[in-house]
Amino acid sequence: MLGLEKKDFQLLLVVAGLTLLAPFILNPFPESSGMAQFNAGYPDLMQRFVIFGIFAIGFNILFGLTGYLSFGHAAFLGVGSYGAIWMMKLISLNVIPAIFMGIVVAGIFALAVGFITLRRSGIYFSILTLAFAQMSYALAYSVLTPITGGETGLQIKSTDRPLLSNLEEGEIGRANLFGMDMRASFELNVGDWLFTFNAGYYIAAIAMLASFYLAIRIFRSPFGMMLRAIKSNQTRMSYTGLNPRPHTLAAFVISGMYAGLAGGLLVAMDTQVGPERMFWTASGEVVLMTILGGVGTLIGPVLGAGAIKYMENILSKINKDVLHQWFAFLPDGLEDFVITLIYPFIGKGWHLTLGILFMLVVIYLPGGLVEGGQRLARALRGKKASDEDGPKASTEPAE
Amino acid sequence: MEAIILQILNGLDKGSAYALIALGLTLIFGTLGVVNFAHGALFMIGAFCAVTLSRILTLSYTVVDETKTDFLGNPAKVDVPYVYDLFGQATGDAIIDWAVPLSILFAIPVMMVIGFVMERGLIKHFYTRPHADQILVTFGLAIVLQEVIKYFYGANPIPTPAPQAFTGSFDFGAALGFDPNLIIYPYWRIIYFVFAAIIIGAVFAFLQFTTFGMVVRAGMADRETVGLLGINIDRRFTIMFGLAAAVAGLAGVMYTPINSPNYHMGMDFLVLSFVVVVVGGMGSLPGAVLAGFLLGILESFASMREVLAVLPGLNQIIIYLVAIIILLTRPRGLMGRKGVMEE
Amino acid sequence: MGILEVKDVGKRFGGLQALSDVNLSVKENSVHAIIGPNGAGKSTLLNCLVGKLIPDTGSVMFDGQSVLGRTPHEINQMGISRVFQTPEIFGELTVMENMMIPCFAKRDGAFSLQAIANMFSEKDVVERAESMLEDMNMADKRHMHAASMSRGDKRRLEIGMCLAQEPRLLLLDEPTAGMARADTNNTIDLLKQISDERDITIAIIEHDMHVVFSLAQRITVLAQGTPLVEDDPENIKGHPKVREAYLGETA
Repeated sequence: MLGLEKKDFQLLLVVAGLTLLAPFILNPFPESSGMAQFNAGYPDLMQRFVIFGIFAIGFNILFGLTGYLSFGHAAFLGVGSYGAIWMMKLISLNVIPAIFMGIVVAGIFALAVGFITLRRSGIYFSILTLAFAQMSYALAYSVLTPITGGETGLQIKSTDRPLLSNLEEGEIGRANLFGMDMRASFELNVGDWLFTFNAGYYIAAIAMLASFYLAIRIFRSPFGMMLRAIKSNQTRMSYTGLNPRPHTLAAFVISGMYAGLAGGLLVAMDTQVGPERMFWTASGEVVLMTILGGVGTLIGPVLGAGAIKYMENILSKINKDVLHQWFAFLPDGLEDFVITLIYPFIGKGWHLTLGILFMLVVIYLPGGLVEGGQRLARALRGKKASDEDGPKASTEPAE
Repeated sequence: MEAIILQILNGLDKGSAYALIALGLTLIFGTLGVVNFAHGALFMIGAFCAVTLSRILTLSYTVVDETKTDFLGNPAKVDVPYVYDLFGQATGDAIIDWAVPLSILFAIPVMMVIGFVMERGLIKHFYTRPHADQILVTFGLAIVLQEVIKYFYGANPIPTPAPQAFTGSFDFGAALGFDPNLIIYPYWRIIYFVFAAIIIGAVFAFLQFTTFGMVVRAGMADRETVGLLGINIDRRFTIMFGLAAAVAGLAGVMYTPINSPNYHMGMDFLVLSFVVVVVGGMGSLPGAVLAGFLLGILESFASMREVLAVLPGLNQIIIYLVAIIILLTRPRGLMGRKGVMEE
Repeated sequence: MGILEVKDVGKRFGGLQALSDVNLSVKENSVHAIIGPNGAGKSTLLNCLVGKLIPDTGSVMFDGQSVLGRTPHEINQMGISRVFQTPEIFGELTVMENMMIPCFAKRDGAFSLQAIANMFSEKDVVERAESMLEDMNMADKRHMHAASMSRGDKRRLEIGMCLAQEPRLLLLDEPTAGMARADTNNTIDLLKQISDERDITIAIIEHDMHVVFSLAQRITVLAQGTPLVEDDPENIKGHPKVREAYLGETA
């Protein structure tokens, strides 16, 4: 189906199902229950899940297939965002041209950066990409203030009069898709549950599914095979009459365009952008997502992006009071002790959990959550099924 | 002319910090073949050694001083540091005042131990894994270390002053025969530079003139052969890691009066120090030192008002720009050796 | 005129003159062996032929065109394939994928945007790779990871990958180094068969005289970076200069 093998198509269907039903799946707890704070089914967070999913899928095309570890990928996301917001400020508040602009600008920028950085490999490549990203950040932060808005960044203001819009005097433009406001939501009350279906989320989700589909096609294509060959043995690649650099550059640009798409979508959702989006910690984050989920796997980056964004938004909100509620059943002394033990890892300390988790994955689970899932599944199925691979097999590392 | 001298001086202290961190990074990379993204965290931990020691020294108990009253008219409560009891008030004050230099003694064993534990506990298992994995695991470690520090010391910078004797400035201009007050330079920065120079000299002397250093240098050149000679190279490399950690830690200790330490200072320095290492040439110790000072000074020149008037923001990007140009024209860096980290 | 003409090639590394005045002519469709003691400059010479090193002096012409200054992949596209001392294959890829890659390289060239589009039409490439695997007697191993095969099989795969490109000149760098006797004999048979059945020139660097004398139609002896003798195998066997160079090592 759709040019995919059966198991890949099944995977795509599963992902499509999960994304489209996310407002239900992510809101399993009733509003009035104490667990409600673990609900992630609100538009803002769901948008971030899929948008950073796109970012990580793109990063994985570069790192997972070719093994080139870019430490400056956030630059493309940022550049894409700036491109998109200018499109909105000047031409049209419709998100389609804005997103398109984000992809194009990021692609061109990736072409330029990749052309230079891919002349080196290994650690040199990582440092070069890092240097480019930090430079872009510094430029956006100070020098290019007329274009980037400097430290405060850019927003859509009441003075912006896009060419193709008929705004009232003083009205602040809103991102829309042919008139449909990105912030429009349909709310569904079922008993004690509240489900929100947000226009912006579904647009981002569709973009994510398209990106995911394209990533599967790339992974399974001979082009993907060439990229894996580059990772495996560049010497043999050259002595087989293939020039590794344009192949890697193509992967780099595709990966940059994915980042641009993510950047454009971020702007389409919240119509603002700031330079911190390009800071190297943002580049580090996409590395974390991809490794955590499973580098070189199809579904891994999406899972990793989801896991990290969930931790960032949910885990970080748990404070001491919440812990005291949870452990109220324990005797007082023990309660305090347990809370003292747990507290450093949650709330503001969630980065610590993330760092430890990340190290554990790199050390023990190089295949990330996906490999963890496979091992678990194998352990559960036992030996009898060891030679037959279920649908899970489609998420196997493509090396 | 004065302006040029001033900028060179200004570049020296940052350059010293870059050079010290880059030196440690290169030692680790050259001996163990490991790319250590947690090295900035070691710098940061060093800085917090100084914070810790000054806190320990000022640990005090409260006594009621009958001779004074507070603003409510009650007898005043006075905090008396424990060091007063041990050494008397005058010596005690001096010790507290000199907390930062004293931290050197405190930091060396602490950093050594941290280095040993890190190498034996984690890095050792990554010798044979790809550089990408080493980068990733040490990156994770850096996050963990910095979060741990943040948990104990909070997120705000902690001012840690230099001893009072060094808080003033030295009028370089007058000393060199220019008009007074043209080239003013804080004493502590001079000390930092001298300190860095001594450490760098000591590391080089250690590698050059001791048998231990000779074996390590041989190991940097050809690890397998040295291993075949029956020399226990692993233990020596562990010690080298401890040494590199100590160098980074000391750089951090002495940097605290220049910049109040916070938990993310390590990462800020690491990104630049990596650029320094790569510019100097991966695996070249003199290259790392040279590039450290060079980039520090370049950065300070780029922040001159006259330069910024022509090229605004140059100070923000100069290091990266230079790194990109050097890597593209001299792929091995300024002093890189053939065969190190190529493909 | 031979298909490969090496003229007055010299190469210096610092204080070491690795090659000097190397002249060599390889006849089309022959098997030409280059032998010599360790450090004679055999590998340096080979590296000069494939673009890994650029000689300081002299010229290397392949089929009337100079190869100097070209990158390895360009030289490969001219029709020179190289087999390495330790097999260089794509270890993490399957045997079938290993074989498909040279077939793509043959069909689409080093790289072009058109090639990315072409890559989605892979039917003819799959067929070609299948038939190459049949030829190499490796069809049953097609789903194995290449890294998990025996050294002999890796060598066989590497040779097969080179042949899949239909090169006009196949360069082999000590193809039997470190192999057991049986594997060595298999490799000799394979190379004989290739040379008999295909329109191909083979240049081989070899240490093992058994291999050399079973295959070569022409032999160049290299010593201290310079050719000593070039002659037919029967004349080389008893040649005094060759004995001297090897100090009785192989005589």
